[in-house]
Amino acid sequence: MFGWEFPPHILGGLGTASYGLTKGMVECGDMDITFVIPKPWGDEDKSFAKIVGANCTPVVWKDVTYQYVEKRIGYCTDPQTYFDMRNHIYADFSYMHTNDLGCIEFSGRYPENLLEEINNYSIVAGVIARTESFDIIHSHDWLTYPAGIHAKKVTGKPLVIHVHATDFDRSRGNVNPKVFAIEKDGMNYADHIITVSDLTRRTVIEKYGINPSKVTTVHNAVEPISPQIEALKPERNTNDKVVTFLGRITMQKGPEYFVEAAAKVLKRTKGVRFVMAGSGDKMEEMIQLAADRDIADKFHFTGFLKGMQVYEMLKSSDVYIMPSVSEPFGISPLEAMQVGVPSIISKQSGCAEILNNVIKTDYWDIDSMADAIYSIVTYPAMYEHLRIEGKNEVDQIVWTKAGQKVIDIYNNILNH
Amino acid sequence: MKTICFYFQIHQPFRLKRYRFFDIGKDSYYYDDFLNESIIARLVRESYIPALHTLFEMIEESGKQFKVAFSISGIAIEQFEIYAPEVLELLQKLNKTGCVEFLGETYAHSLSSLIDPTEFMNQVYKHSAKIESLFGKRPKVFRNTELIYSEEVAAEVSKLGFKGMLAEGAKHILGWKSPNYIYRSMAAPNLKLLMRNFKFSDDITFRFSDYNWSEYPLTADKYMNWIAATDPKEQVFCLFMSLDALGGIQKAESGIFDFMKALPYFAKEKNISFSTPSEAIKRYEVMDSITTLHPFSWADEERDTTAWLGNKLQTEAFEKLYSIGERVRLCSDRRIQQDWSYLQCSDHFYYMSTKHFADGSVHKLFSPYESPFEAFTNYMNVLSDFITRVEAQYPSSIENEELNSLLQTIHNQADEIHLLKDEIKKLKSKKPKAGA
Repeated sequence: MFGWEFPPHILGGLGTASYGLTKGMVECGDMDITFVIPKPWGDEDKSFAKIVGANCTPVVWKDVTYQYVEKRIGYCTDPQTYFDMRNHIYADFSYMHTNDLGCIEFSGRYPENLLEEINNYSIVAGVIARTESFDIIHSHDWLTYPAGIHAKKVTGKPLVIHVHATDFDRSRGNVNPKVFAIEKDGMNYADHIITVSDLTRRTVIEKYGINPSKVTTVHNAVEPISPQIEALKPERNTNDKVVTFLGRITMQKGPEYFVEAAAKVLKRTKGVRFVMAGSGDKMEEMIQLAADRDIADKFHFTGFLKGMQVYEMLKSSDVYIMPSVSEPFGISPLEAMQVGVPSIISKQSGCAEILNNVIKTDYWDIDSMADAIYSIVTYPAMYEHLRIEGKNEVDQIVWTKAGQKVIDIYNNILNH
Repeated sequence: MKTICFYFQIHQPFRLKRYRFFDIGKDSYYYDDFLNESIIARLVRESYIPALHTLFEMIEESGKQFKVAFSISGIAIEQFEIYAPEVLELLQKLNKTGCVEFLGETYAHSLSSLIDPTEFMNQVYKHSAKIESLFGKRPKVFRNTELIYSEEVAAEVSKLGFKGMLAEGAKHILGWKSPNYIYRSMAAPNLKLLMRNFKFSDDITFRFSDYNWSEYPLTADKYMNWIAATDPKEQVFCLFMSLDALGGIQKAESGIFDFMKALPYFAKEKNISFSTPSEAIKRYEVMDSITTLHPFSWADEERDTTAWLGNKLQTEAFEKLYSIGERVRLCSDRRIQQDWSYLQCSDHFYYMSTKHFADGSVHKLFSPYESPFEAFTNYMNVLSDFITRVEAQYPSSIENEELNSLLQTIHNQADEIHLLKDEIKKLKSKKPKAGA
């Protein structure tokens, strides 16, 4: 599998989903998974998959000793793997910038020169594909499609691509032609395409012109929460009800609709506060908007939250809201429901396809959104019902089920 | 001689309009007139008118051998008065044949029997009065909302002077007993019970046009054969359904009207008669008594009350509504009384059911809302406004008893003022005499 993120060092939902799916598949049995990421940190969970770092894979032959390799990258890679890989360098990449081990450096994030990093990643993929033995190639999201294509060309093994999002979701329709080209290329080369929701499936079919028979939806699931999170009892510093938006503050997530709905609620109701947690390029605009609507005293920004802070925030909330304009899946409402927080989600999010005990509104319908918020904070039965039934429901959504579906797809391809 | 007891329910709620929380306190008109009118208009056109015509023909052509009973909620009557008076005229025409019985129920098609005996009683009286004013006879047999039956309701109904009551022939209540007899209530031995035969009823309501059904197509001949083939001792077959089963659920194209028209002929052939509920309980003997721990109804697979009161949302809304019952009854404002009645409709609670997540079916079919949560929110917003209006009449800081005595005092004082005024008048009229 080619991925870009892997917990615990994640930047968005992609890492969580790749991790959950891999684990779920392994739990279904009889799977050996090698998971390639640009830059491992060494603290990834290696119990169920072999983690290979692109930045630990040599593309230029360097004469180094075992001890030296162990000292340099032993925290995340077995030195033997390094030497195996070194034997499969397939071309002369000495014109490229490499380090003392002959490896290309990766940020593992989403830097300015992302396209270059994607290209480098696919160069490395050539070495890995020649070294490792496998039956199927699985690429998570567009960043790794070129790597998947490369591996397919080298080995002739079937390629499955996993569409966690498309550029149509990220850009509200103003697609970056370069990104589109990479996505389209990946879809054309793929033997099968997995999408995280029917919404995304439609996008793939309609906007990228892919044959529907090649596209299957496997909805994401959610990891059960750890006892550590379960035990978390954040202190609440206010008696007011707290309504929370949590995620990247970008155009895709529809933050302005949240602010507008908040303004509507606050006009009529006391004892409610609104929190916008996270960061993003729209944050300043949102602070400005909250001030314009004259609700800044009840509308709070937390900045970027990580790790436990996320759950602390969720646990001290009474309502979780995700007004995304276009959300391929959207795992965060499931996480909110796990800790018993009633959720409001936009109908334009993929998870709306599988969730029942949530309130669904159109992202642009701020009246309806305000009404839903009001209802949850005002009517105890609504809160209780969503809290209890929501948790029950989300506890049934497990990765092993999703994993089994992916395995079935693999078997189908391999038997053809 | 076997007999068939046909009964049709006619009910439509006043559906609420989309009512946002910002409307609370500003807008006190709650109903979606357009939606209500269009639904009534469609049902009248597709079902009610052709169905009632068919029943009329059946009575005429069978030489008044065919009998039928109706129960019409007060709320449905109000809608007919507004949107489709021709339905009422047709019912009156049917009534004149003498082969038709009208049953009693709660005016608002409410669930008040489960929580508020006073309200229940008031509504039954109100409904009986309405039926008497339209059809000239007070109902003698009772049908509770959605055939909800419990020991308490039975005792109450008997006290209100009804001779019989309809109930669902639910398997978990009857056990090995057959629904095809007359029973009596354990709680009120004078109250006779007619048990719905759900197999034969649903054959018409749900399965008639179902291609996948092994008995498709159902003909009147076959249907009467089934009834004739039952044990000779089983004599009363209660076919209870909603009137929109004819033409609404089973479309006219399915041949449902022709099926109905053919029934009396084949019934006669098999020596099966038709009776109204009153005739049935008079003519046939009581077999046994029925007892139940929990209320049961004709809804869903479970035949209990969870279709309306199965989740937290429903019970909260239900309890909130009836918590102000006593207060509302003290109000004399007609608009408040009217809204109070419309808001009690069981349908509002039905829309909040989350059961359809599992079984997919009927709940969603009839709901004007996209989700039960929307139904709840909308209803609660309306209810909040309604409660505010009730409280504006009488502040909630005053206890009901105190309020009652204050109202009494005011009332007495009004009487006294009247008396005094009269006296002044009298004295004044005497005065000139004295002066003269």
